[in-house]
Amino acid sequence: MSEYKLDASGLLCPMPVIKTQDRVEELEHGDILEVICTDPGALNDVGAWCRINGHKLLDAKQDDVQVVIKIEVMR
Amino acid sequence: MTRQIKAVSLISGGLDSLLATKVIMEQGVHVEGINFYTGFCVEGHTHAIRKKDKAKPKRNNALWVAETLGIKLHIIDVIEKYKNVLINPKHGYGANMNPCHDCKTFMVSEALEWIEKNDFDFIITGEVMGQRPMSQRKDTMPVIAQESGAGERLLRPLCAKHFEPTLPEREGWVSRDELLDFHGRSRKPQMALAAQYGFEDYAQPAGGCCFLTDEHYSKKLVDLWDARGNKEYEMDDIMLLKVGRHVRPAKNFKLIIAREEGEVNFMQGYRNRFISIKTISHSGPLVLIDGQPSNEDLQLAARITARFSQGKQADEVEVELRQMNGDSDLIKVKPMLISEMPESWYV
Repeated sequence: MSEYKLDASGLLCPMPVIKTQDRVEELEHGDILEVICTDPGALNDVGAWCRINGHKLLDAKQDDVQVVIKIEVMR
Repeated sequence: MTRQIKAVSLISGGLDSLLATKVIMEQGVHVEGINFYTGFCVEGHTHAIRKKDKAKPKRNNALWVAETLGIKLHIIDVIEKYKNVLINPKHGYGANMNPCHDCKTFMVSEALEWIEKNDFDFIITGEVMGQRPMSQRKDTMPVIAQESGAGERLLRPLCAKHFEPTLPEREGWVSRDELLDFHGRSRKPQMALAAQYGFEDYAQPAGGCCFLTDEHYSKKLVDLWDARGNKEYEMDDIMLLKVGRHVRPAKNFKLIIAREEGEVNFMQGYRNRFISIKTISHSGPLVLIDGQPSNEDLQLAARITARFSQGKQADEVEVELRQMNGDSDLIKVKPMLISEMPESWYV
């Protein structure tokens, strides 16, 4: 299990979802990916993408500046 | 053991693709969704930018549809590939810069490539015959099937009965009896079917799901192409066409003037890629300058910026003129009078 970061700052949805999807594709079961976004829509969209595709949403935080989402990759 | 039949459904996030997918799922077919992101999709963008839209739920409707149906959704970035569709549409444009016929052909052909790669059997779309003037006509729908290469592997469950049986029907993968014969622009049959399935909350886009069907957006795109002398564009160009008030005093430059706080925040991210102007002595908008302005042009742009600030009636307004590398100058200008700004400058 390894931990990775994806900076999707400045991108508007659905690009953070697409970037997350493409990065997760390269990872192994159990890997952790932290996604950093500035589009508040990513909070819902990345979460929905995880649920749809069976990945575990470990944490999702939002402040005035960014959204930080932590995902555990499930295969 | 019988092989599980698999279909991929083009999910836009609207009601039609939701229903078309459900109709096929009900027949025991394994369905996954696919959504193509061209850069012009209405989903998400402007309500992520504009403060006045902050109250709207920030959800991607394609993801929401997939979650409602309990299916996987593959979102595919086709921004680069789509350029050729928009720049050279074989079947031309619709009322605005919407190349709907070529767009649908392109998406179905991309879906065909996807099913071949992923060993799926056929493609579903939520098209309804007669619903759209360009891509959803009885005469154009078979052309799309043919030109995309999908041919009989393309099934439109909501209006299948208006057409000859497709491969999934002939092979018995789906029952034609369970398919539908919707046609025309009325949404009532779809709403009745949604009620039958228990779908109460679904997206009802007022102007379609693509910015290219929007008259104002299309005008700004044409203006951009005219000014540059070619039809090339980058993602930043098409994003910025969605933002701000666009004022073009001359072919070589235009101003993108933020209309509210949300747009200011969004445009801040472009200050290293554009010359920008901000009023200092009075509150006012952030302005990005697109093009190749001369020093004289920048003076004019500064006066226009002052015009859109709280100091528009003042004798003099101080503005910061910031270069892309961060160097900036403070200059004082007389706000432009409204009478000095011809209507033709507003894109």
